This record gives sequence, C-alpha cells and structure tokens, in this order.
Amino acid sequence: MVILKSVMLKLLEKLGYESLYLLEVTGRMGIFLFSCLGRVLAPPYKLNPIIRQIHFIGSRSVFVILFTGTFTGMVLALQGYYTLRKFGSEGLLGSAVALSLLRELGPVLTALMVIGRAGSAITAEVGIMRNSEQIDALECMAIDPYKYLIAPKFVAGLIAMPLLTFIFDVVGIFGGWAVGVGLLDINQGTFFQSMYKAVAWQDINMGIIKALIFGLLMIWICSVKGYFLHLDRSGGFGAEGVSRTTTSAVVLSSVSILVWDYLISAIML
Amino acid sequence: MDSEIVIELINVEKSFGSQKVLDRVNLQVRRGTTLVIVGASGQGKSVILKHMLGLVRPDAGQVKVFDKDIANCSKSELKEVRKSFGVLFQNVALFDSMTVYDNIALPLRERTHLSEAEIRANVEEKLAMMDLDKAGNKFPAQISGGMQKRVGLARALVLDPSIVFFDEPTTGLDVNKSNEIYRLFYKTQAQLGYTAVIVSHDVPKIFKLSDHVALLANKQIQGCLTPEEFQLSDNPHIRSFVETTMGPIYSSEREESSFYEKV
Ligand SMILES: Nc1ncnc2c1ncn2[C@@H]1O[C@H](COP(=O)(O)OP(=O)(O)OP(=O)(O)O)[C@@H](O)[C@H]1O
Ligand SMILES: [Mg+2]
Repeated sequence: MVILKSVMLKLLEKLGYESLYLLEVTGRMGIFLFSCLGRVLAPPYKLNPIIRQIHFIGSRSVFVILFTGTFTGMVLALQGYYTLRKFGSEGLLGSAVALSLLRELGPVLTALMVIGRAGSAITAEVGIMRNSEQIDALECMAIDPYKYLIAPKFVAGLIAMPLLTFIFDVVGIFGGWAVGVGLLDINQGTFFQSMYKAVAWQDINMGIIKALIFGLLMIWICSVKGYFLHLDRSGGFGAEGVSRTTTSAVVLSSVSILVWDYLISAIML
Repeated sequence: MDSEIVIELINVEKSFGSQKVLDRVNLQVRRGTTLVIVGASGQGKSVILKHMLGLVRPDAGQVKVFDKDIANCSKSELKEVRKSFGVLFQNVALFDSMTVYDNIALPLRERTHLSEAEIRANVEEKLAMMDLDKAGNKFPAQISGGMQKRVGLARALVLDPSIVFFDEPTTGLDVNKSNEIYRLFYKTQAQLGYTAVIVSHDVPKIFKLSDHVALLANKQIQGCLTPEEFQLSDNPHIRSFVETTMGPIYSSEREESSFYEKV
C-alpha cells in the first residue's frame, strides 16, 4: 500500500514536471516568435541581410527544387495515368497532376526539401553562435540578436518559400506533361484543357497560404531550437549538442508541417 | 578618489546547481578608475563580470550599473545601459564567419550611421593600433590566439565605450605584446576616461595599471584595495595570494633556489 502510494506520487511528480517543462518550452517559443515578428516590422529596415538570407534559403535551393519538382510531376503523371485509365478518364490527367501539385505536394515537398537544406543549417549556425558566446557578445554590444540575426531569416523564409513552391509547381506540371503527353500519348490539348478547367484560384491561394505558413514554421522552429540551445534539458553542449538539436529541429519542423498541412486543407476545402 | 560609483554589486549570491560560486559579494567601481579582479582559476571572476554585463542573474542581491538594477530592469533599459559597454570575453567570442575587419566594423555598422568610408578609416586605425594591419581579411580561425585577443580588444574599443570589461586581456600574449597592450590601455583611458574592470592573472604587472585590486577567494571579495594597500594587507587570503604570486620577487636568492629544489 505504502509502495503503491509512493509510486503514484512519483508518477504524479513526473507528470507535473513534464507538463511544466512543456509549458515553459511552449511559452519560450511563443515569446520568441512574437519578438522576432515584432523586430521584422520595426525600423531600421536593412535590405542587405535579407537578400543574403534569401540567397541562402532561396537561390541555393533552386536546383534541388527543380530536380525534385520535375520528378514528382513525372511520377504523378505515371501513377495517375494507370489509375485514371481504369475508369476510362485518362483525359483528366492534366487536372489530376496540377491539383495534387498546387494543393499538396508542391508546398509540402518544397518545405521538406528546404528544411533539409536550409532549416538544419539555420539551427546549426544559431546554435554554434549560442554555444561560443557570440550571441552574448552581440547582446553586450547592444545589438539586438533578434533584429540582427533572426528577423532577416523570417523575412527571407516568407519570401523564398512561396517562390520555391511556385517553381516546384511549374516544373512539376511540365514533368507531368512530359510523361503524359510525351510518353503516354495523351493529347496535348486535352492535357492542358482539363487542367485549365479544373484549377480554380482557390487552389492556387491554398498553395500560397500553405507555403507562407510552412516558411514561418520552418524558420521559427529551426531558429528557436538553435537560439535556446543552452536551455535544452538534455544538454546542448558542444558539437554533440548542436548535432542533436539540429536533428530534433528538422524532425519537429517536418512533423509540424505535415500536421499543419492537414489542418489547413481541412479548413480550406 | 571620490568620483561617483558606476558599478555596484550588493550582496550578490549565485549558485550553479548545487555549487555555490558567489556568496554575498560586494564590490564598487568608481567612474574613471580601473578595477582589477584577481583570484585563483575557477573562483568565479568571469561569473562576476557576467553579472555586471547582465548576462547572468544573481540568485539574490543587486547589480547596479549607472544606478540601474540591471538584473531587474526591462530589456530595453538593459540595452540602453549596454550601449556604453566595451567587452572582451575570456574566450574572445569573435564572430567566426566574419573577417577580422567585419568583426571590428560590426558595432559601427549596427550602432552608428557612419558611412562605409568613415567606418573603414576607423577600423583601419584600430587594426594598426593593435598591430593587425595584415590580418584584416582573415577569418578568426586563421589567426593565432593572441591575435584573436587583440581583435577582441579592438572590437571592444571601437565605439569609444565609457565602461570596459576585459576578461584576461593579455593571456596568451608575449611579454612585448602585453606591455604594448598595457601602454595602450593607459593611453586610451587617459584619452577617453573610461571606467575599466579587468580580470587578470598577470600579477604584479597589472597592478601598475590599476586603481583598485580586488581578490576573489572563498566565494567572496577579500577587500578592494589600492595596489599598495593590497600588497601590505593582513587579510590572510590576500597575504597568501601576494606571497604565492609575488613571493619570489621579494625573497632572497637563497630562499628562491631552495624553493626550486623542493619542487
Ligand atoms: N554556466 C555555468 N554553469 C555551471 N557552472 C558554471 C557556469 N559558469 C561558471 N560556472 C562555474 O563557476 C565557477 C567559476 O567559474 P569562472 O569561469 O567564473 O572562473 P574564473 O574565476 O573566471 O576562472 P579562470 O581564471 O580560470 O577564468 C567554476 O567552478 C565553474 O564551473
Ligand atoms: Mg574566467
């Protein structure tokens, strides 16, 4: 009886500890987001750091996006063709490819690729700066690390992610066209006609909104993880701390993007 | 000696986990003077400095800079106070993905409205002052430890601060360089009249530069005295510190040789 009681107490204690920790982390992340977004809006506005970040997050991801976009469109056409043929509606291939890309695969796959390329790099960069006291040094020089270090990344993420998604969609559609029209002998007119009829502005808007939200999520999670590396319960020390945190930032942002993808679709459809 | 107090620690206590590092530390720094904090390694000198910088909050007690309790003020007030700081960290904390030049230029670029040409003139002057003329385009990883220290000093001084904090400014420098740095401190302080807090192991040389010396031992400040008083103090901690760090200078040759024989 006494043992049972002490076990129960331990369990409750553990539960309380965990929920407090969760609350603390969530609160910290929330404050971080609002502070950073506040700094984005506050003057002075410097273009140079933003352009540098867009170059890093955006331009240097273009090649990966071209590649994955093309192949995604191609495989969509291939799979779609054999499915649609069962119902005798191969003619709808164009619309099937375009809608899947615009609404779902474009934003999601782009975000996942950019997380792998740029998100991980952001966590590692900010985490190393935290670990080697460079962020402390900024603060002591009365330079606001949110404004100087993080805010340009948010702006760049919000600009780059929709543009990259757009590129992904376009090359994806051409990939689908290449397979559908070039390989599977679908009439080119039919392919584009069905696309033209089926795609509404709403689908495009949904893609843009998703891209914006995914961009925000990626920058937020990846930079906050690096920024508060030193407060990590499992210990953010040294090279191992940075590597562990980077991994967890990539996992967490990928998972939250998939969850939010579902939520946005459910709300907007 | 009666200028106003710019930094004041009142009964500051700090523990890391179960390890108590500072226990009711009291310390005052007056405007325009140089305070040197000495003490054995691992006693908490850097921790005291971090309290003054507002990077570490005390568990109890107050840290006042310009009469503002920086442990309990808003972020913007703290930032305002820090505008008068120039800081050299013990590990230097240079921005390692920027060149030496950009490291020194950064405070000017972010905090002033100077043109790029004015910034260049200012940075080049600082580089020359620190004998780093040829290192401007190198990255921190490409220069020696002593050179990094000097870059850190240049970065700390570039905005003409009114309080400087130097954590071991001459550790890792050869004798000529460190003498040069001391001369430089003397000159710039005469020019700018800044208040300085310096942590150093370079005893007794650093005494020449200091108005007050404070020994941190046994989690507390063991008297904050002028260098002359410090060397004559009968506080047991200070006595033993003076004897171990400066002993051989005053002991006769015979005593010294027997000292080395024992070792
Ligand atoms: N962030 C921290 N977390 C835990 N313990 C710390 C932290 N910072 C310092 N300490 C502990 O506080 C004590 C004092 O450290 P500090 O760096 O101030 O020593 P120091 O006097 O500057 O030594 P040195 O002359 O070697 O630089 C050490 O025992 C150290 O382990
Ligand atoms: Mg130290």
